[in-house]
Amino acid sequence: MSDLVYMDNAATTKVAPEVYEAIKPYFEEYYGNASSVYRFAGEARKVVDEARETVAEFLGAKANEIYFTGGGSESDNWALKGIAHALKNKGNHIITTKIEHHAILHTCEYLERQGFEITYLDVDEYGRVIPSELEKNIRPDTILISIMFANNEIGTIEPIKEIGAIAHKHGVLFHTDAVQAYGHIRIDVDELNIDLLSASGHKFNGPKGIGILYIRNSVKIGPFIHGGAQERSRRAGTHNTPGIVGFGAATKLANERLEARHAHEIELRDYLVSRVITEIPYTKYNGHPTERLSNNANFSFRFIEGESLLIMLDGENVCASSGSACTSGSLDPSHVLLAIGLPHEIAHGSLRLTLSEYNTREEVDFVIDKLKTIVERLRSMSPLYEDFVKAGN
Amino acid sequence: MSQVIEYSEKVMDHFNHPRNVGEIENPSGVGKVGNAKCGDIMRIYLDIDDSSAKKPEDGIIRDVKFKTFGCGAAVATSSIATEIIKGKTVGEALKLTNKAVQEALGGLPAVKIHCSLLAEEAVHAALWDYAEKKGIIIEGLEPAVKDIEERAE
Repeated sequence: MSDLVYMDNAATTKVAPEVYEAIKPYFEEYYGNASSVYRFAGEARKVVDEARETVAEFLGAKANEIYFTGGGSESDNWALKGIAHALKNKGNHIITTKIEHHAILHTCEYLERQGFEITYLDVDEYGRVIPSELEKNIRPDTILISIMFANNEIGTIEPIKEIGAIAHKHGVLFHTDAVQAYGHIRIDVDELNIDLLSASGHKFNGPKGIGILYIRNSVKIGPFIHGGAQERSRRAGTHNTPGIVGFGAATKLANERLEARHAHEIELRDYLVSRVITEIPYTKYNGHPTERLSNNANFSFRFIEGESLLIMLDGENVCASSGSACTSGSLDPSHVLLAIGLPHEIAHGSLRLTLSEYNTREEVDFVIDKLKTIVERLRSMSPLYEDFVKAGN
Repeated sequence: MSQVIEYSEKVMDHFNHPRNVGEIENPSGVGKVGNAKCGDIMRIYLDIDDSSAKKPEDGIIRDVKFKTFGCGAAVATSSIATEIIKGKTVGEALKLTNKAVQEALGGLPAVKIHCSLLAEEAVHAALWDYAEKKGIIIEGLEPAVKDIEERAE
């Protein structure tokens, strides 16, 4: 077992060795600007086109519908602000959910200040959007529905196909933030009725600083970054050739290994979950029991607080994440955990472990053993646990 | 989902090896502040020897224990607060400020300053409980608050 146990793959992932090898020549050898005329730049141009083809094929899209961006947050910003701006004469209402990533939520808040109206849909106790609720909220002036493919905290997968069908039935565009899903779930944009889709390279063993926005050819949207003819004049900036090559290589790898990764992660995750919920009392497993990302486990341990838990896990060289207020820089715990109905004090004690194909059974056992000791120790220091025990529980 | 919190070595020491964790049976005073909603709760127990005290302020804090639900800074501030007041007089304990707690810990990140306030208030709340039980008035001691926001308002 290596010294570091990395179980925070929803935050970021390791660049796969195969991806790293694919990227290297575009730093060292073929560093030409893909937009230059001379033959030396031809190689860069060629691989950018190839990566675009790979991504398009993976999504069931056309190559000219794939736009490379600086990452998931940029793609989300572009989709929302771009559509809002392009369709503002048609309407000013956008529907999203309460459990989106802040790249969506903060952009929506920005649009509200610009005069747009946003509906934030509730979700059920598992974090799923209720399609009938979505349909009820569609108005004649609704121009966009933006609902994430899978949630980054609790891993819940949304009923995307149904959502897309409802959007199209009402002639409304559908964007999905697929940052957690792309490369982990097979996606066909036509089958799922998706008009725009955001993805990010570093969430599936590609490099950081590269993302895509899929924009269906029929969608009217303006450029987000002005200043050059790159990306069909819609996203200016010299092509990030190594990043784009990396995104393409990671997509190729995901395409080849998706089912094998899935099986490995599910086996480890289910083992982890069953041991944690049987061996650590007063633990809640958050998120959907089946409709969830294969690598995500999210727990709430009652009577303890998440940051303390993370620091103690860090002391054991375990990397994990929490939705406690102390780790979010505010007094409120995770908006996702509150949206699925957890009381504040239970949301504060949450822990997210997100696995990858590189994790082993030995690591999972190690983490469970450490967790048991740490949770017990924190409870022994907790006045909430003291009250609970004294109350005769 | 999370942000990096940089703690001083002293904070980490008190978090990893908290002093005076526990409960006291039949304590002279108990104080509890904070709320689970915001993610921090501290409870401090005092055992005060006032057998030879001429004034209420002269009682000696013979023992002090704490229990805390909260982040790394919340645990560390409670721990150091108990360490500072242990063996001191009631009057001296009353003078414990959040600033002294911060300084003793080698500083706290800006977002964690409220934890030091909570530690100060927990000590005051325990002293208030002691004064009430005894039916005495300790000069300079204000009624206990349930949370630090009450003081701020």
